[in-house]
Order: sequence, then structure tokens, then C-alpha cells
Amino acid sequence: MTLTDERRLTQLQWLESEAIHIIREVVAEFERPVLLFSGGKDSVVMLHLAAKAFWPSPVPFPVLHVDTGHNFPEVLAYRDATVERLGLRLEVAHVQDYIDDGRLRERSDGTRNQLQTQPLLDAITAGKFDAVFGGGRRDEEKARAKERVFSLRDEFGQWDPRNQRPELWNLYNGRHRPGEHVRVFPLSNWTELDVWQYIGHEDIALPELYYAHEREVYERDGMLLSVSDVSRPRDGEAVASRQVRYRTVGDMSCTGAVESDATTVEDVIAEVAATRLTERGATRADDRASEAAMEDRKKEGYF
Amino acid sequence: MRTLLRLATAGSVDDGKSTLVGRLLFDSKSVLADQYEAVERVSRDRGMAGADLALLTDGLRSEREQGITIDVAYRYFATAQRSFILADCPGHVQYTRNTVTGASTADVVVLLVDIRHGVQEQTRRHLAVASLLRVPHVVVVVNKIDLVDFDQSTYERVSHSVLAAASDLGLNDVATIPVSALDGDNVVEPSVRTPWYDGPSLLAHLEQLSPVGDPVHEAFRFPVQLVIRPQSAAGDEFRDYRGYAGQVASGVVRVGDEITVQPGGRSTTVVGIDFAGADLAEAFAPQSVTLRLADNLDIARGDLIVASSHVPPLTQDIDGTVAWLGDGSLRPGARVLVKHGTRTVQAIVRTIGGKLDLDSAELLDADSLELNDIGHVTLRLASAIPAEQYLVSRSTGAFLLVDPQDGGTLAAGMVGDALLDTRESFEHAVADTVPA
Repeated sequence: MTLTDERRLTQLQWLESEAIHIIREVVAEFERPVLLFSGGKDSVVMLHLAAKAFWPSPVPFPVLHVDTGHNFPEVLAYRDATVERLGLRLEVAHVQDYIDDGRLRERSDGTRNQLQTQPLLDAITAGKFDAVFGGGRRDEEKARAKERVFSLRDEFGQWDPRNQRPELWNLYNGRHRPGEHVRVFPLSNWTELDVWQYIGHEDIALPELYYAHEREVYERDGMLLSVSDVSRPRDGEAVASRQVRYRTVGDMSCTGAVESDATTVEDVIAEVAATRLTERGATRADDRASEAAMEDRKKEGYF
Repeated sequence: MRTLLRLATAGSVDDGKSTLVGRLLFDSKSVLADQYEAVERVSRDRGMAGADLALLTDGLRSEREQGITIDVAYRYFATAQRSFILADCPGHVQYTRNTVTGASTADVVVLLVDIRHGVQEQTRRHLAVASLLRVPHVVVVVNKIDLVDFDQSTYERVSHSVLAAASDLGLNDVATIPVSALDGDNVVEPSVRTPWYDGPSLLAHLEQLSPVGDPVHEAFRFPVQLVIRPQSAAGDEFRDYRGYAGQVASGVVRVGDEITVQPGGRSTTVVGIDFAGADLAEAFAPQSVTLRLADNLDIARGDLIVASSHVPPLTQDIDGTVAWLGDGSLRPGARVLVKHGTRTVQAIVRTIGGKLDLDSAELLDADSLELNDIGHVTLRLASAIPAEQYLVSRSTGAFLLVDPQDGGTLAAGMVGDALLDTRESFEHAVADTVPA
């Protein structure tokens, strides 16, 4: 092996270095960053990178969770334990509060992913946050494939995909006017497989539901939904106990499980490498609504 | 070990870029079943005979409506040897800024040419962008060969004219491949319909490209992003800790190396290289690390830590080449911000030295630069920066021009007269081929 080969980063090291550079740029150039933290694997990886970026200092910004009220209990427990372990300040915006006082109305299908936009924007305004870290990846979805690493949002939180700033070299431009804010996506260039390989490499703990377990589920629109207070089978939907795991976590009433016997991170990596379905296609009812469902939500200010 | 290669597509509108990218993803088995089913469904709804692979990448509503690509879409695929990050850039002239964006980080530009139309203005423009931004490799896909019945002489004529145009712009290491993106000929698998072509398929070519211009071989440069000083926040052990966080832009640094800080020119030695609790003996580009130094110099964000053996001089005047991306025009006297590394300084545009004529590859006189123009400018900076020639360093020779009022990104800048360099290499190329 020549000297040149020894001084070449692996793909994972390259992605890690890029993400840390992005996170540090934000802390250096913005007044009040915040990181969206749901306990989902992408936000967990992002927080892990933030902890590495500023070592030995603590993570220098708070985390924000937009709580649909339709949570997997083990994910909420994981969220709270992580916040405690890293000594973070957690802010929670509750969709339930908006429904209770009438600012938002429950949808006819009962799902709440779409209802997160308003509480998110209000929390950004109230916290005077000028930079918001999100775990979005470009490989997830067609509209996200067009997203910048630094993505400017106007005072209404809107994304204008036809008028994005050019993003050149690694010179990120975070300048914005009062009232505007910037969404920042440090994992832009990661794929689902990269995320899992990194979780394995760094030995990062995740909520247990990412690994195969027995669960009471019923089938709807080709997805396996968990039986809970917020997601109950309708007439004709049979409940069965199956060996499943989750590829994404979100609103429990519209996030599907996949049948799996992957109980370790190595198993999951092998499963993801061989899968024939995209992460969202397999697990998210809300993204199946139309060809441009995600684009429409993003324009309004969604994650 | 699997390595990473970054690609950017270029070419005129309707040359078939999205179809090529769709084909590349599909034939390399990077398209998953539900994505393909969605494309089949939409294609069927529109009355098309087969699946329109362009729909795999054209994601925005208006892109689908107009059948064109508007913004850079990033795609990810991998083979056993390599992972690829592909920036699929739009072809319309009003979206040239996106091609500049994609090319700025690319190892390879994949330029499409419609074999029926040959070299177009956009072809020259995109070759110019690849040349100016010093993208290490260019591969020209001569597409729609199925529409000329796989005719060798047509391919050779178009290939020759593309190579001549590339050479005019200083690009002398360019490959061409005959392709039908629609049918997949020579995209992933070699085509039986082009028996006269014995070169690799596009994917095979991309897999074997050697990495060139590796910044590890350049002098050590480290733009300081921020100072890490936990004080009491991380316990007694780190009370006096002071580290300089950044990403190595070029070269290698080892513990014990003598370094110099610009601006200022003060020197000291590296006593530690930290990465999240790990003690490293060395760091190289593009690692993100934290440096500890022997002396507490006054170092802040925006400073550049460099090898004391190769200290870049400071300058308050920059001769640069810019790709103008703003909607308005750039004129002498304009006030702008220059973002270079981690430093942003105020500047005033002194002169516009001309703009590139794409047909002749010559510099024409100009009083202003308009959207998508590539031109030469001189800037006067409010304070001196360690700017290096872009020719020498793709990282410390690059800068942005930013609008001080609304914060928008106005131009991609490269220190030095890149246009002059391009013309000189053009003249060399001509001199080499003309007998004395």
C-alpha cells in the first residue's frame, strides 16, 4: 500500500467529516441554532455527530421535539434518557395543545404527521431560532433530493425550490434577513445504508423498536400498523402477533413496521443492503398520498 | 476499501440527462421496486409505451409538468468498487448556476451531447465551467446514437468537434462514449450495436477513473471554524483546554509540526490533534479535527493555520475569475462580501476585465457581467486575506461573492486569471499540434 492509499478516508469517514464541518459552521455563524430531535435514528446520528464536533465541550445548542402525541413509548423514553445523558435542554412543541385549543383540527384519517408544521414554525419563532438542524437525507425522497445543505426559509417558513441559493464548494452561505431562518441538513449525502453502517461502526444505541421484536399488528394499505391507543384496527382488519421492526419512527398511527428477523445492527445492515423497497415507500402512508406529497409539505415549512 | 467519486451532469436541455441518470441508476440496480412502480404508473397514466426513466430524477411538480430539470438533484448509487454521489444538473441556460454548483465539488463532469445537434452554446458553456472550476475529469456522452442508426462516422464527427471545443477551453484529457440513454447502450453494459467502439461503458469508465488533484498532496491549510474552550462546562480536566476546530483543507499536519497563522504571521507548534477524545498523530485533508498549539496565540474563526514552510502571502487586492450567478448585473464600484474559507470580508469591485466569449474562447471587453457570464474582475478588500491561486488549490483559491443586503450568493470566484490560464493552455495545445 502506498502512502497515498493510507491517507484516504473511507466513505463513512468522509461523510462524518463533512457533517462535522457543517455542524461547526452553523455554531460559528448563527446566533441560536436548535437541533430537531425525535429519537429517530437520523436525529440520533446527528446528535452523536454534534457531540463529536465540539468535544470536550458539551453540545452547544438545545434540541426541539415536535410531539404528535402519537408516540411510540419506547422512543419517548429513549429521547428523555439521551437528553439527560448529554445534559441537553429539550423543548417540546405539542400538537395536542393545538388540537385542544382549536388552532388545529384533527384530520379525518386521524394521523398527525401533517399537523406538525404549525407547531414547528411557532416553536422556531418563539425560540428565536435562526438555524434548525434536521436529519433529512437526499436519498429519502425526490423533493428532498433537491434540497441544499443550508436551506433558506422565508418568514412564513416556506421553501422555494425554484429559487434556491447556489451552494458552492464547502462554502456554506448562512446569511439571512430578520424573520428568515435556515434549515441545515448535515446528513444530506448519507444513504439509509450509510446511517446503519455508521450506527454499527460507532456502536450507537437506538430505541429497541429498530430491531426485530414480537408485536401485535394489523395490515392496512399494505402496511403493518401497531395496535395502540391511537391506532386501532377497523372492522375486518385482523390482529396478529408478528416478528417486525421499524425502519423509521414517526406518528404511530401511520408509520408501518416491516416483517424482519434482524435483531442486531449487523442483521439490519444486511437487510437494508438487500431491500427492494425505499424506507419511506415501505413505512409511510403520508408520502404515498401523491407524487409530490413531500414537496407540498416542505413548501409549507415541514421538516 | 470502497472509495467515493462525485459526479455532475451537464449538457443542453433535451439532451437526455435525466434519462441517462435514470438509466444509470436502473441498470446499476440502484432503483428500488416501489420507485420503479411509481415511474411505471405515471408513465402509463401519460400514455407512454414504456417507463420514462427521467421521472426517477425529476422530482418537483413543475419539473414533471414541464418535462425539464430545474434544480440540482442529488442521487446516490454504488458498485462493488465505488460509491457515487451524482449531482444531476439542469440544462436550461437560466439554470447554469446549478451546473456551476454541481461542478464545484465534482471529481467528474459527465457532459451530454445530442448526436443530432453536436456542439451547442450550452456545450461550450459547460466545458468552460468544467475548465474554470478545474474539475479533474470530463467524460462526454454522445447520446441518442440510436437515432442515427449507430453510425460510426456521425459519432466520430461529433466526438471530434466536442474534443476540439474542449481543447479551445484548455481541456485536453476528455473521453467520449457513444450512448443511447433511452435503450441503455454503453451506459452500464457494452452495446452490441456499436461493434466499432471498443472503449468502456460509462459506468466502467467511472469505476476506473483515477483520483487526481488530491488535496492531500498540497501544502497544509486549515481554516479555523471556531475555538473550543469548555472552561468549566466539561469538568476540571478540561478547564484550560483550548483547541482550534476545523477541516483540513489541504495537506497533512503532524504533532510537532511548526505552523503559522495568517493573517498575523505568528508561528508555534502543534502539540495535539484531537478527534472526539481520540489523540491523533496526524491529520490529512479532508478530516475534521481540533488542533492544540504550544502557545496561546490570538486565533479566531476566519484565521488560516498553515505549514510554516509554505506560508501564503496576504493580499488586499484580488484578481479573480467569477461565474456570475446573480439576477442583477455586476458593475465596477459594487460593494460585495467576499467569503473565503471561514472568513468574510467587505470588498468593492474595482474593474471588470472582460467576459468570456463562448464561441471563440476569447476574452471580450465588458462593462458589466450579467447572469451566467464568466468574467474577470479585480476586487479591493477591506482587510488582507491569504488568497492562493485556484490553479494551485481548489480549496483556498475559491471564494463566494455575497450580496451584503439580502445575503444572496452572487458569484463563484476563483483567485487568479483562470481565463488567461485557459487561453494559454489553448495556445500551448495549438502550438503542440502545428508543425514549426
